[in-house]
Amino acid sequence: MHDKGARVLIIDDENQIRKMLKVALSAHGYETAVASSGQEGLNQAAFFHADIIILDLGLPDMDGLEVLKQLREWTEAPIIVLSVREMETDKINALDSGADDYVTKPFSIGELLARMRVALRHAAKTDDEPVLKFGELTVDLSRRQVMLEGKEVKLTPTEYDILKNLVIHAGKVLTHRQLLKAIWGVNYQEQAHYLRVYIGQLRKKIEPDLTRPRFIITEPGVGYRFLIKE
Amino acid sequence: MDTTGKPIKKGKLTVFLGSVAGVGKTYAMLEAGYDKYMHGNDAVVGCIDMPKKTDLATLLCKIPILLKGEKAKESAAKIAELDIDAVLDRKPQLVIIDNLAHLNDTAYRHSYRYQDVQEILDFGIDVYTTMDIFHVESLKDIVEQITGIKGQHTVPDGFIEKAELILIDVSQDEIIQRIKDEKIILPQELGQNTDDFFRPGNINALRELALRYTAQRVDKQLSEYMQEHDIKGPWPASERILACISPSPFSTQVIRAARRMADALKAEWAVIYVETHYHSPQNEVVYNQLAKNLLLAEELGAEIITLTGDDFAQEILLVSKRKNITQIVLGKPAHSRIEELRGSVVDRVLRESQGISVHIIPGKSVTKEKQSIAVYRSLRQCRLFPYTLTLLLVVLITLINKYIGFDLPNIVLLYLLPVLFSGAYWGRGPSIMASLLGVLAFDILFVPPIHSITVADLKYLVSFVIFLVVAVTTGTMANRLRYQAELARRREARTAALYSLSRKIVAETEMGGILRTVINVVCENINGEAFIFTPHDNGELSINAFSQGFQECSLKENEKAVVNWVFEHGRIGGRGTENWGTSQGLYFPLKFEEKNLGVLGVNIAEAELLLSSEHRQMLEAIANLLSLAMLSLQLSADAQQARNLAQSEELRIALFNSISHELRTPLASILGAVTSLLEGENIYNQVDRQVLLQTVNDEALRMNRLVGNLLDMARLESGMMQLKYDWCDIQEIMGVVLRRIQELIGERKIIVDMAQNIPLIRADFVLIEHVMVNLLDNANKYAKAGTKITIIILMVAEEIQIGVKKIGEPITGIDRDKIFEKFYRSKSNQQISGTGLGLSICKGIIEAHGGKIWVESTSHGGNSFIFTLPLDDKIPPQVPTGKEGDTIAR
Repeated sequence: MHDKGARVLIIDDENQIRKMLKVALSAHGYETAVASSGQEGLNQAAFFHADIIILDLGLPDMDGLEVLKQLREWTEAPIIVLSVREMETDKINALDSGADDYVTKPFSIGELLARMRVALRHAAKTDDEPVLKFGELTVDLSRRQVMLEGKEVKLTPTEYDILKNLVIHAGKVLTHRQLLKAIWGVNYQEQAHYLRVYIGQLRKKIEPDLTRPRFIITEPGVGYRFLIKE
Repeated sequence: MDTTGKPIKKGKLTVFLGSVAGVGKTYAMLEAGYDKYMHGNDAVVGCIDMPKKTDLATLLCKIPILLKGEKAKESAAKIAELDIDAVLDRKPQLVIIDNLAHLNDTAYRHSYRYQDVQEILDFGIDVYTTMDIFHVESLKDIVEQITGIKGQHTVPDGFIEKAELILIDVSQDEIIQRIKDEKIILPQELGQNTDDFFRPGNINALRELALRYTAQRVDKQLSEYMQEHDIKGPWPASERILACISPSPFSTQVIRAARRMADALKAEWAVIYVETHYHSPQNEVVYNQLAKNLLLAEELGAEIITLTGDDFAQEILLVSKRKNITQIVLGKPAHSRIEELRGSVVDRVLRESQGISVHIIPGKSVTKEKQSIAVYRSLRQCRLFPYTLTLLLVVLITLINKYIGFDLPNIVLLYLLPVLFSGAYWGRGPSIMASLLGVLAFDILFVPPIHSITVADLKYLVSFVIFLVVAVTTGTMANRLRYQAELARRREARTAALYSLSRKIVAETEMGGILRTVINVVCENINGEAFIFTPHDNGELSINAFSQGFQECSLKENEKAVVNWVFEHGRIGGRGTENWGTSQGLYFPLKFEEKNLGVLGVNIAEAELLLSSEHRQMLEAIANLLSLAMLSLQLSADAQQARNLAQSEELRIALFNSISHELRTPLASILGAVTSLLEGENIYNQVDRQVLLQTVNDEALRMNRLVGNLLDMARLESGMMQLKYDWCDIQEIMGVVLRRIQELIGERKIIVDMAQNIPLIRADFVLIEHVMVNLLDNANKYAKAGTKITIIILMVAEEIQIGVKKIGEPITGIDRDKIFEKFYRSKSNQQISGTGLGLSICKGIIEAHGGKIWVESTSHGGNSFIFTLPLDDKIPPQVPTGKEGDTIAR
């Protein structure tokens, strides 16, 4: 499925946001439907057969997280949540409960479109490509080999695992929990400082300027994201 | 009286006064109560003493009865007890309470029922009550004279004065008949003497007394009424009576007599006690009696004057002149014959009274009282030690005289020395002894014939007499000097104690210190424990300070009730006072005008003793001082609060100004740009449109930052900002910050200079990021165009130091001190927009992390904002190498 012409369901209680998103997304070729409450959103999702859902976490009738969980019971369509800046915990909970990504209000439409494209692409992906290229960086998953500007980068197994997880979900945010669970297993989900140490090492090997990372960026209080240039 | 929280109007008291038991007071009272009840008044029966056979029951069942237990209606015993709290809860218009002179249980709130009635009246409830003439305090002695029986539980005249009296009287035959029918309750004091007491003569005398008493009262009420309503009449010249008392039990009779006279003459009256070296209470028993006497006088409504002076008579006369006293009441002297030699007080007062009538009250000799006087005297004089020393001194002088061999005149002079010494140090007794011994020794050992009491030459007899006169006079003078010095010393000590206390209190700035100081001073002055209760916000009292060794658990429930009572009523209460007199402690209210601040409690070590009036006055003075100090502390706290309020008011105004300006400016830009685009779509070319849209974008972002800062500020202010500590990599934070402010900074260069090997720190990632964003936003705003900003990260000792350096106008003077304050904007930077919030938020966040933030300026235009974050004691937890080949590069 191509992301152009995809069906978007917007669940937000604020009329102005709904109107703006409807206009902007329609202009970018999406087919849109809107819902102003959690219950209406759940109903619409069933009828509308949305390819992607934009869900505001602050809904008047029910908890946005609850809507998210109910949606996840039957649909695998990517869900992007809208949240406010200070609510890091809400974001993490949403991501750990099956949301694909988040956008912080206020957001630019460009940011939202980028997130949507990533989410749709990941949802559509069927077979893993063995070699992933991101500008100067190439990750050969079949050979566990990482090349930067044509030269091989020596990574420890843990560093490689972190990088692999990030590039497979390139463009998507991964929470600390998700990363820890994937690399060290379920018992290490609270040890966020492991990641600080290993990401630091990893960055040293692949980033020329550590204070201005090109590939792995930090989402404060939430997790990490492998940046893709579009 | 304190009436806070209570209706100002007091209840009306009606007393049904009977000449003797059995005249039908209770019946008359119930009838009157029933009448009120039938006329729609809310009347209840509080308590009734039921005789064995009675016609009261028929009347009683018609009026609602307020009982201790719910179902105790049949039980006569229950009706006899008054439940004062039930009355106060019920708040009837009228409550009927039998037997005003009743003595309460020791565990009860007040010792006497009339005190209960007083409290009920204070609550604005009317009271009907009964009593016999037998129980009027000032008539106690007369009743005793008539009947030979002393009323024990009397009611003070001052209390009855406020009441409307209704005299109930029947013929003597009727009374005697009622006694035979067992229709009356006999006074407790009678015991087995019923028949003696109810002789026709007694009954008639008591009836006459009751009639006279009532007539006097009516007369007084009439004259008061005439005075109040300005009705002219033949007013008697105003009389003033002064009763002179001593620590002797006799004095109670003097006090009562004076009271009766004052009543009869409608005169004001006062009671004076002069402490002289003859009448200085030297032990606790005497103190106790004195305190009781003074208390009685107070209860009977006298003004109390206590003085210390040298000459009883002189002081009395001085006070009399000053106060325009017209009549003096004295007790018949009970002095020894020696004292009479120099003229008794009575004689001297009589001699010098000039125009003042003097009444002498005969001391009625009662064996029990004599005994107590004997005890009082023996206790006063039983001090063997000084006499022994005096004897030794005389012996010493005798030996010196014997071996050195002076001539006779010198020997006599030497014998004056022990007299002088013992007079000056040990008082009159030893000095008189010294003079007698001296004469004796001189006579026997030195005057020929030696070793014989007889005297050869008669002229020596003259010498003896002269010696004795000189010795006694010198001894007395020395003794008086000593006593006055002692008095002065005591007075000075008291004044000094109060003075030093007031100075110490002033020096204290917090409540705890003041209370501790007061406790210490109280304990220095009395032998016992002291403690202070203060109220909480919810009005409940609790102990706030106490002396060493005091245990709160040792305070019984009853004591706490007293404390609460004292606090609520603002009156002194506890042992030896008229309120809760049987309780263990003595409690002074801490109050100023209508404001109740707490209670000062004192437990005296010797369980039997009352506090002397001198100590009581001192404690009252201390309580007053403490009240003042507490009040001034409270006032200064209030003033501080007011200042804080004013300050926060100022802040609010600054906030409004700042926000209205800062929010409106971007809004104006946005609205301007958008309306331009909306209305003139075709006027603008592509470039113009881009410029306008960029403006909208930038200004919206600015507003977003402002709102973020306001939220941070609000959270800091409300204490809702909780740090989410996590292990953070400073480098990582820098990465996020630089990415976030990219758009804001535009073309300006930011250089990050970070030291090697900076460890992970424990901090709130997001908040440190806010700090950095704010500092960089600031730097960007104030740095000169085209210059770069440098971020320097160092490790200094136990902390990480992060500096943001830029080229701009140096920050100096006031700005430097105030730059981190809320809403402070430098005068020189008014043209640059800002709320003055950013730096104060940075300060709040950094200080919450236990770090510091400051600004450094160099003369050539560089300002560095530097903050530190402490390195946690904890080493970052071990990171597992986990997989094969992992090596930690750090």
